[in-house]
Amino acid sequence: MRSKASATAGTGGDHVAPEAGSGRALPSRRSLLVAAGAGGLGVAAGALGHAKLGAAQEPAGDVVAFHGPHQPGIATPAQDRMHVAAFDVTAEGRRELIALLTEWTAAIEQLMRGADVGESGATGGSYDAPPEDTGEALGLSASHLSITVGFGRSLFADAHGPRFGLEGRIPAALIALPHFPGDALEDTRSGGDLVVQACADDPQVAVHAVRNLARIAFGRARVRWSQIGFGRTSSTSTAQATPRNLFGFKDGTANLKAEEQKALDEHVWVGGATGAEAWMNGGTYMVARRIRMHIETWDRTSLREQENIFGRTKREGAPLSGGTEFSKPDFAMAGRGGPIMPVDSHVALAHPSANGGVQMLRRGFNYTDGSDGLGRLDAGLFFIAFVVDPRTHYVPMQNAMARNDALVEYLKHTGSGLFAVPPGVREGQYLGQGLFG
Amino acid sequence: MKIARPLRFTAVLSVAALSVTGCTGTTPEAEGEGPIQVTSSEDSCTLSTATAPGGTVTFNVKNEGNRVTEFYLLAEDGLRVIGEVENIGPGLTRDLIVVAPEGKYVTACKPGMVGDGIRADMVLSAAPEGQNISTDRAEKQRQAVTLYAAYVKDQTGQLVTGTGEFAKAFTDGDTATAKELYPVVRMHWERIEPVAESFGDLDPILDAREADLEEGQEWTGWHRAEKDLWPPATGYKPMSAAERSELAAKMVADTGELYNRTRELTYTPDKLANGAKELLDEVATGKVTGEEEIWSHTDLWDFQANIDGARIAYEDLKPLLSDSDAELDASLQQKFDELQKLLDQHKVGEGFVFYDKLSRAQVQELSAAVDALAEPLSRLTAAVVK
Repeated sequence: MRSKASATAGTGGDHVAPEAGSGRALPSRRSLLVAAGAGGLGVAAGALGHAKLGAAQEPAGDVVAFHGPHQPGIATPAQDRMHVAAFDVTAEGRRELIALLTEWTAAIEQLMRGADVGESGATGGSYDAPPEDTGEALGLSASHLSITVGFGRSLFADAHGPRFGLEGRIPAALIALPHFPGDALEDTRSGGDLVVQACADDPQVAVHAVRNLARIAFGRARVRWSQIGFGRTSSTSTAQATPRNLFGFKDGTANLKAEEQKALDEHVWVGGATGAEAWMNGGTYMVARRIRMHIETWDRTSLREQENIFGRTKREGAPLSGGTEFSKPDFAMAGRGGPIMPVDSHVALAHPSANGGVQMLRRGFNYTDGSDGLGRLDAGLFFIAFVVDPRTHYVPMQNAMARNDALVEYLKHTGSGLFAVPPGVREGQYLGQGLFG
Repeated sequence: MKIARPLRFTAVLSVAALSVTGCTGTTPEAEGEGPIQVTSSEDSCTLSTATAPGGTVTFNVKNEGNRVTEFYLLAEDGLRVIGEVENIGPGLTRDLIVVAPEGKYVTACKPGMVGDGIRADMVLSAAPEGQNISTDRAEKQRQAVTLYAAYVKDQTGQLVTGTGEFAKAFTDGDTATAKELYPVVRMHWERIEPVAESFGDLDPILDAREADLEEGQEWTGWHRAEKDLWPPATGYKPMSAAERSELAAKMVADTGELYNRTRELTYTPDKLANGAKELLDEVATGKVTGEEEIWSHTDLWDFQANIDGARIAYEDLKPLLSDSDAELDASLQQKFDELQKLLDQHKVGEGFVFYDKLSRAQVQELSAAVDALAEPLSRLTAAVVK
């Protein structure tokens, strides 16, 4: 995976960072542990420290670079765990908001490096003060943590007018998403002024990141909703196998991949924006949808129907028109009673060929949030897609799918958000600086 | 309403279609000597054996050609279809599971789905001990679908009459009568919901809920009337007499269209069984949660009607079950009875209590009973199509 990542450094997706602990910043969480062991906490601790020392000899192996032309966590090979949180900004002044973004930028840089947050970290501060870093990631590696920050439409204006002096700065593509057929959106799972997407191999690392960023924000922004996901549902690199969703199917076989530079420039990254929107160049738009799956009724569905609904075989993921997973679906191939790829199958509707050639970079995760009180799992897909413009790359497709996709009968959209994701950060900048600068 | 329509009822009358079901799967498992391997290529149809024990017979069909293929088991006359598996894409493998007694048969692969196919003779010997094989399975299938077709015709007939009465009361501004008729007439729709929903154009214009609409889409049908009869306390503008009249007239016209289209519909046993399963899905996701009738709260009428429809399909198919899965038959009978008993507790006069009067515990109890029935019901299709 690492060599792949290096090869794509130019895309901004996944530059491998310089080794941790170079100079000004805190040492990584791992080397701290080593230091503790060496400090003579006893034979056992010493032995632990020694073992960790071995591991620490490859410090940058699972670090995703923070700085670059694009934010991480988009073209970065999809990690397996996610914690997304949306925030309402409670600060009223522009300066306070900028201060928050600046502090977040510094903390994110530390978090992604696998270091403690703050100047004194988890244990280095006053014995009479709460630690700056909450500490539950001590001893854990950077775990390919990526943090991506976006701005919701409500950050720019509310019912009373423009906020934070952002009059006239709202990008035209940052629309209020329309109501889609079958939407059952819950206000407490939708919207938000800011979004933070933390992805990592280790769920504790992702949760630690969101927890510490929320803590930094207290008094200036409060969590509006948050969602934990497990099991990536898309591959964003050709080096990754296509994972399965909770319906048990491989989904997103035709997803955009980090290696497809030209397609990313066309379908994901904003480029050539001018004037009041120039700050979005190198950025993208993040569509987040919490999609509850009626998995109990799905599980009672015959395999024939399941395969017809997806248009793929369950085990291999091959299109019903034949071949193997990556065979091109043949939508024209006749079957008994219509095309062998049913016209209302998920593949037939979601395929770029049915959507004017537009593609999304999907980067969703499975989720399970306990049960619903009626003995059913509250489980499904936390859909995330990054697109150059949701008006052309999401809304038409979602309308078509909600109308015609045989799968929608087993789905219920309960949460929704659309965020403008500003470009990546260069050394010394803060996230979204182009908007405020 | 349901936006998608996975059940496709065909309006094309085909004698063969009544018996050509056959259960397909991908698990190579069969009583006796294991599945018979069939390889279908562009110009050959190879079976691993030409003789096998009768009873439950499984064919494992692999398509090694480059076109869609089909595999048939035909009676000795080479005309009557015992079972078939269709739509096997290039490189894919599908199973055909049939229940067939001792006798002579003809097999056929049909690459490209055209012509008579590549045929060969096949002999089934006596079924293994303990397998009770009736020879008139195809006849039983035919009877089941005939009975069900009559039920659909009867329900759509009553729906037309009821919709007319409702439309008159609604148009006349007789709100009390319209509110009384609303849940009762809708039951005829809900009983045959999978059939009604198979018409992708009629379903949304007759049964869309407000949340089902796309931005800018016109809202018509039952739930539009529902909101006007049980309006929200604030922020709602009642329909004018002209608007009511227009809506009612459209409902009558659209229901008439549904009636016409259901006259010539034909069914297959798998469609009946899948339809029964779909009805339970409807109950589980829409009715037991109170999401179907958010203004009138008459969800239990719909609930009862969905169960009625599922039960009719099951009872029509029952003779087929006694051969293939008597245990499933007994389980379904019991679970239908238990659910009905529970539902009866919420009866008030000719109708039911309103959904918003149910306690959380009562909803949970109903939900558990629905799941208890839905689980064995989901195995009905595989059992009846053999």
